[in-house]
Amino acid sequence: MSSRNSLPLLAFTTTAVLGLAVVLALLVAPEDVDQGVSQRIFYFHVPIALTAYLCFGLGAWKALRLLWVGDERRDLESYTWIHQGTIFGALTLITGSIWAKASWGVWWSWGSNQLVLFLVLFLFYCAYFMLRFSIEEGARRERICAVYALFGVALIPVSFFAIRLASDFIHPTVFNREGPQMTGTMFGAFLVCWAAVTLLAYVMYRVELVGKRTDVNLRELREALS
Amino acid sequence: MSALTLYASDVVALARKDLRLELRARDTLPAMLLFVLSTLVVFHFALPTGTADDAAFGLLWIALVFTALLGLARAWAPEREGGALDGLVLAPCDRSAIWLGKTLAVLVFLTAAELVALPAFALFFAPVDLVAVAGVVLASIGICAVGSLLAAMAAASRGREVILPLLFLPLAIPLVVGGVGAGISPQGASYLTFLGLYDLVFAILAWATFEYVITE
Amino acid sequence: MTGVATAAARLVVRGESLEKRYGRKRVLRGVSFVVPRGGFLVVTGANGAGKTTLLRLVAGLAAPTRGVLEVWGDRRDLGFVGHEPLVYQELTALENLELFGRLYRVADRRERSGMLLERFGLWDARSDRVSTYSRGMVQRLALCRALLHDPALLVLDEPFTALDEGGAGVLDTELAALAGECTVILSTHDPARVEALATDRLVLA
Repeated sequence: MSSRNSLPLLAFTTTAVLGLAVVLALLVAPEDVDQGVSQRIFYFHVPIALTAYLCFGLGAWKALRLLWVGDERRDLESYTWIHQGTIFGALTLITGSIWAKASWGVWWSWGSNQLVLFLVLFLFYCAYFMLRFSIEEGARRERICAVYALFGVALIPVSFFAIRLASDFIHPTVFNREGPQMTGTMFGAFLVCWAAVTLLAYVMYRVELVGKRTDVNLRELREALS
Repeated sequence: MSALTLYASDVVALARKDLRLELRARDTLPAMLLFVLSTLVVFHFALPTGTADDAAFGLLWIALVFTALLGLARAWAPEREGGALDGLVLAPCDRSAIWLGKTLAVLVFLTAAELVALPAFALFFAPVDLVAVAGVVLASIGICAVGSLLAAMAAASRGREVILPLLFLPLAIPLVVGGVGAGISPQGASYLTFLGLYDLVFAILAWATFEYVITE
Repeated sequence: MTGVATAAARLVVRGESLEKRYGRKRVLRGVSFVVPRGGFLVVTGANGAGKTTLLRLVAGLAAPTRGVLEVWGDRRDLGFVGHEPLVYQELTALENLELFGRLYRVADRRERSGMLLERFGLWDARSDRVSTYSRGMVQRLALCRALLHDPALLVLDEPFTALDEGGAGVLDTELAALAGECTVILSTHDPARVEALATDRLVLA
C-alpha cells in the first residue's frame, strides 16, 4: 500500500532535512552579534514552538471531525496529534529555558510571554492525558477527549491575550526579545529548520499512529479468533 | 409555545430544581461560605506584615477559585445518585439546557459565597472598588460556564472529583488574570473587556459541546 | 400491503448484527431482531448476557459499536425503566414527576401524575422524599415516570425485580392494558409472567 511504503521514504527525507538544518543552524548561519553561540538554539526553539501549536490545532481539527462526522478513526488521530503537541511543547519549554539561561542567565523568566503560554498549555494537555486514561475506553471517552481538545485550542489565543495583559502588572521587567533581526542567510536557515521540525513531527505522528492502529487491529483479531 | 420559550422554561425548571435540592440538603453552600472565610483568615496569617494590598487581592482570587471548585465538585452529585442524569438525557429537552440550568444554579451558589467573601476581604485586607466587583461578576460567569462542563467530564472518569481541579485550573488562569487585573490595574476596563471575551468564547463552546459530553 | 415502505411503517425497532463493546469487553455480539408496532418483545438471558446493554442501546443511552439500530420515533415517544430509578433522591415524588412532566411537555402533568401515583399506590407518599422510599416504592415511582408522557415505545429493564407483590400486580395490569397499543420491549428473569402478552422472544447468550 502506498501510504505504508511512503513512510520509510518520508523518514529518510526527514533525517536528511534535519541533518541539513543542524548544519545550517550551527555552522553556516552567521553568529549573532549580541548573543553569540547561544542564539543558535533560536533556530530550533521557534520552529518547535510553532510545530507544537500546529499539532494542537490538528488535534482539535480531528476532534471536531470526530464530533461532526462521527468517524471514530479520528479519535486515535486526534490523540496522536495532541501527544506530539505535548512532546514538542515540552521541548519548547526546555529549549526556551536553555535559551533564557544562555541569554539572560536565568533558567526561567515570567517575562517571556511565549514560555508562560506554553507552561499553561502544557498543564492543560497533561490534564488531557489524565482525563483520557481515567475514562473507560469507548464512545464516551472519545467524545469527552474531543471536546477537551476543542477547549484547548480555544485556550491558546485566550491565554495569549491574558498573559499579554498580565505582563502589565505582574512583571515590569520584560525580556521581550523575539529573536534577532534576520539576514538572508539566517532566514534561510530558519526556514530549513522549520521545515525539518514540522516534517519530524509529521513522521513521529505517522509512526505512532501506525503503532496504535496495529494495536487495535491485533486486539480485534484476537477477539475474532477467541 | 415557541421553541425559545420552551428552552428557557426547561433551563429555569432545571436550575430551580438544583436550588431546591440545595435548600433541602444544605451541604454545599454552607461549606463554600465557611471555606472562603477560613481561607481568607489563613491568608492573613500567611501574609507577612507590610504586604501590599495588591498581593492580598491576588489571594482573594485564589480563595474564590478554590471555593468555586468546592461547589463544582458536587455540582452533578444529585444527578449521579438516582441515575437522574440518564433521565435528563432521555428527555426531549435540549441537552445544552441541562448545562445552562446547572451553570445558573452553580452561579447562584458562587455569587452567594462572593457576597460573603468580598465584604470580608474589604474588612480584613483592603477596600474593593466597583471595577473589581465587576471583574468578580464577569469571571464568575466564566468559572461556572466552563466548570459545570468540566465537572460533567470529571463525573464520567474513575478519578471523579479528584480530576476536576486538574482540568479546571489551566482554564481558570485567564480568569484570574482578568479578575486581578480588574482589581488592581489602572486600566481595569480592558480587563473587563477581556473577561467578557473569555465568557463569550467559552460559554458558546460549552453550550455547543455539552451534548457530546453526556451522551454516547 | 406488502410494499417495503408499508412494512417499514409497521416497524418500531429494528436491530441488525448489533455489537457493543466496552473497552476490551464485548457485551453484545451479532444480535438481530425486529419489533413491529404494538409488538411485545421479551428479552431473556443469563446475567451478563447483555440484556441491560441491549435495552440501553434501544433507549439511545448508548450507541452500538457495530451493526445497525433503527428506532422510529423520537425521545418524546420513549419510556424507559432501567436498573436505576432515574429520579432525584432528595425531591418528592410529586416534584420529580412535575419536573419530568415539564421536560416531556406533558400538557396535563398534574392530573396524570396524580393518576399514576394513585394507580401505583404512591399517592399517600407523594410528598415524601424519594430517599425515604423502600426499594419497591422507588421502582413504582420509576414506572410512573416512564409512563407519565404516554409513550408509544416502552423499554423496561427487569421491571419486576425490585417490585413488591402489590406493585407487581399493578404492573401486570398496566402491561396487559398497554399491550397492543404501545410497543413494549421488556427484559426479565421470569418470562412466564409475561408469556401471555409476548409476541416475540429474544434470548441472549
